[in-house]
Amino acid sequence: MTLYFLDFLLFMIGLYALVTKRHIVKKILGVAIMEYSVNLFLILIGFKMSGTAPIMVADMDFATFIRTAVDPLPQALVLTSIVIGLGTLALMVAIAIRLYERYGTFDMHEINRLRG
Amino acid sequence: MEKKVESGMSSIVKTITSVMVGFMMLFAGYFILFGDEVPGGGFPAGVMMALAYILITLAYGREFVEKRVSGITASKLTDVGVLIFLFVGFFGLYFSGTFLNNFLQNNESLFFTSGTIIINDVAVALTVGMSLYLIFLALAIFGRVVCEGSLCKDLGRDSEEEKE
Amino acid sequence: MDRILPFFVIIPVFSAVSTLLVSRWERRKFPRIWSILTVSSLLVLLYFIWDKGVLVHEMGGWKAPFGVVLVKDSLTRFMLLIINGVALITLLYSYSYILKREDYLRFFSLFLLMLAGMNGVVLTGDLFNLFIFLEIASIASYVLVGYDIGAEELEAAFKYLIMGVLASMCILIGIAIVYSVTGSVNMADVARFIETNDIVDNKAILMATGLFILGFGLKAGFVPFHAWLPDAHPSAPAPISAMLSGVLIKSLGIYPLIRIFYNVIPMSPVVSNIFIFLGSISMIVGALMGSGQIDIKRLFAFHSVSQMGYIIVGVGLGTPLGLIGALFHLLNHSVFKSLLFLSSGAIQSSTGTRNMKKLGGLRESMPVTSGSAVVGALSISGVPPFNGFWSKLIIILAAFQVKNIWAASALILTAFLTLMCFVKFQKHAIFGEASEIVKRSKEAPLPMLMSLVILGILCLAIGLFNQTIIANIITPAQEILFDKGAYIMSVLGNVGGG
Repeated sequence: MTLYFLDFLLFMIGLYALVTKRHIVKKILGVAIMEYSVNLFLILIGFKMSGTAPIMVADMDFATFIRTAVDPLPQALVLTSIVIGLGTLALMVAIAIRLYERYGTFDMHEINRLRG
Repeated sequence: MEKKVESGMSSIVKTITSVMVGFMMLFAGYFILFGDEVPGGGFPAGVMMALAYILITLAYGREFVEKRVSGITASKLTDVGVLIFLFVGFFGLYFSGTFLNNFLQNNESLFFTSGTIIINDVAVALTVGMSLYLIFLALAIFGRVVCEGSLCKDLGRDSEEEKE
Repeated sequence: MDRILPFFVIIPVFSAVSTLLVSRWERRKFPRIWSILTVSSLLVLLYFIWDKGVLVHEMGGWKAPFGVVLVKDSLTRFMLLIINGVALITLLYSYSYILKREDYLRFFSLFLLMLAGMNGVVLTGDLFNLFIFLEIASIASYVLVGYDIGAEELEAAFKYLIMGVLASMCILIGIAIVYSVTGSVNMADVARFIETNDIVDNKAILMATGLFILGFGLKAGFVPFHAWLPDAHPSAPAPISAMLSGVLIKSLGIYPLIRIFYNVIPMSPVVSNIFIFLGSISMIVGALMGSGQIDIKRLFAFHSVSQMGYIIVGVGLGTPLGLIGALFHLLNHSVFKSLLFLSSGAIQSSTGTRNMKKLGGLRESMPVTSGSAVVGALSISGVPPFNGFWSKLIIILAAFQVKNIWAASALILTAFLTLMCFVKFQKHAIFGEASEIVKRSKEAPLPMLMSLVILGILCLAIGLFNQTIIANIITPAQEILFDKGAYIMSVLGNVGGG
C-alpha cells in the first residue's frame, strides 16, 4: 500500500513542477516525471511481494507459476507506453527549442501572444 | 596538400569508441535474435543501435558521419522498418486469415523458434534506432531556422527532413 | 469478410510511409494524388463492408479475451463514414492549398498517419489498443498544428501538446484501474465482468469513470478543459483545422465516451448528470466567448466548443431520442464546421487576413466562397432546411421528454447566441461594403471551390433527406449502443467471423 502512496507522491511532484515553474524546460521535466509515475502505477498493479519473473522454467508446475509470478500483461503495456512517452518528450523538447528561437525567452509567462 | 584539421574528439576517445561500437552493435543483435526467449526484444535493441551511432557522431564529428549515414538515409531506413513490419503482417493475413498471424510458428530451426516475431523485432529495432538517431541529429546537429512571416527556411545544413 | 478490417489501418500507414520514400523528381504531384487515391480506396472498402452486420477480426489468431480484436458494428461504420469522407474532401481542398509551402511530403504523411490513428480508434475492441491509436492520432495532430513554424503556431502547439499529454496520462491511469478491477482490457470482457458481478457502484470503477471523463473530455474540448482549443484550431493550416475540429475531437473525444459509457460501464445517473452539466456549461461559455472574437477562425473554434456541448448533452440524457439527436448532430457538425474552416482558409489565402473588421463585401469578389460560408453559417445557427436545425430540434425535444428544464433552456439560449454570433459574422465579413483588401482579391482555385461546393450541397441534402439518413444510418448505431448483451455476444461468442 505504501508503494501506491509513494507513486502518487511522485505524480504530485511532477504535477507541481508542471504547474508552478515558469521555465519551459522545468515544465517538460515535470511532464517526464509524471509519465514515469504513470508507468510505475501500471506495473505496480501486477506486482506481488517477493514474486518471481513471469518466465516458466521447464520443471515448474503451472499452479506454482500462477501463485508466485508477477503479472506479465502490464509489463507489455508499459513497454509500449514508455516508447510513446519518449516520442512525445522528444517532440516537446524540439518545440521548446524553436520557441526559444522565436520568442527569445524561456519564460512561459511571456510566451502569451494568443489571448482573449 | 595542406594539413587537414582533425575534427571530433582526441584520438584516445576515437580508438576506444571504435572498439566499443562493435560491442554495442553485437549486444543489439543479441537482443534481436534471442528476444523471444530472453528479456529484451525490439525496443532495447533499437536504443542500443541509436546509442552506437550517437557515440560515433560525438567522437568523430559530424562530417565523418554525414558521408556514411546521413539524416536522409536514417529517415529512409525508418520507413523501411515500418514497411517490413506491415509486410509481415500482411503476409500473415494472406496465409492464415488474420493480421500479424504467426505463420512460421512451429518451426524447429535455430533462430525461428517463435516464428515471425524475430522479423518483427528486426523491423522494430531498425525503426526505433533510426528514429532516435534522427531525433539526436535534429536537436543537436541540424541548423537553425530563420523565419520571415510564415515562410521558414533552414540555415546551415542541407534542409532535409527533421523527422518529428 | 472480416479480413478487410485491418486494411483501414494498414493502407493509410503504408501510404504515409511510402510517401516519404519517394525520390526528388516526383515531389510535387505524387503525394497529393497518392493520398487522394488512398482515402478513396478506404471509402470503397467501407462500401463493401457496409451491410455485413457485426464483423469481428482477431489479430494474430488469438481469441477474444486474450488477443486484440477489431470490431465493426453500426456505430463504427457511421464514424468511419464521417472520418474518411471529411478526410477525402479535405485532401481535395489541400490539393491547391498546400502549394505555398516548401516541403509538403511531411504534411501528407502526417495527415495519413492521423487518419490511420482515427480509423484505429473507432475500429478497436480493446481498451489499451484504443489508447495506442489515440496516441498515434494525437501525436500526428500535435505536429500538424505547429506545421507553419511561426511564433504563434508553436505556442499553440506547445499548449495543445502539454494538455494532450496530461489527458493521455489520465486515460492510461483509468485503463490501469479498470484492468486491476476486472482482470482484462478487452471491452466486451470488461462489460461481461461488470454485468455478471454487478459492481457498478465499485469505488474503483467510479474513479476510473472520473478519470475517463477528464481524459476524453480534454481531448473533446469540454469547458473546464477547453483552453487549448481556441489557440490550436486557428493556428493550424486550414485543412488541418477542418480535420481537427471536424473529426478529431469527435473520434478521439466523443466516440470513446459513448462507447465506454454505454457498452462497457453502464450509464449511471451520476455520469448522466455530469454530462448534462458539463455540456450545458460548454454550450453557453463557448457561445458567449465566441461572440467577442474578431479573428474568424478563433470564432469558429469557440463555437466548436459549444457544439460539442450540444452533443454531450444529447449523450447524457440517456434516452434513445437523445442519442439519435447527438449522433445526428455529430454528423452535421463535421460537415458544416469543416465547411466553415475550409472557407475561412480560402478567404485567408486570397485576402491574407483573418480579421473580421478588415474584411467586408466578400460576395462581390469571391462569390462561391462567400456563398458556401453563408450556407455553413446558416447550418450552424439552426436555420431550416439546412441540417443543423433538425439535429438541434431532436436534442431539444429529447430534453423536454425527460423534463430537464435547465438543459432545455440552455440549449435554446445557446441556439439564439449562436444565431446572433453568426449573423454578426455574415454582416461584417460577407455582406456590406467591400474594403480595400477585398477589392484586390480574387476567387479561390478550383480544387478548393469544388470541396466547398460539395460540402455545401451535403449540408442541404442531409437537411432535406434527414428522415432517410436517421432511419438507415443513425438508428442502427443507436440500437447497438443500447443493446449491450448483443455487443458482448458478438465479440466473445463470435470466434472466427466470416
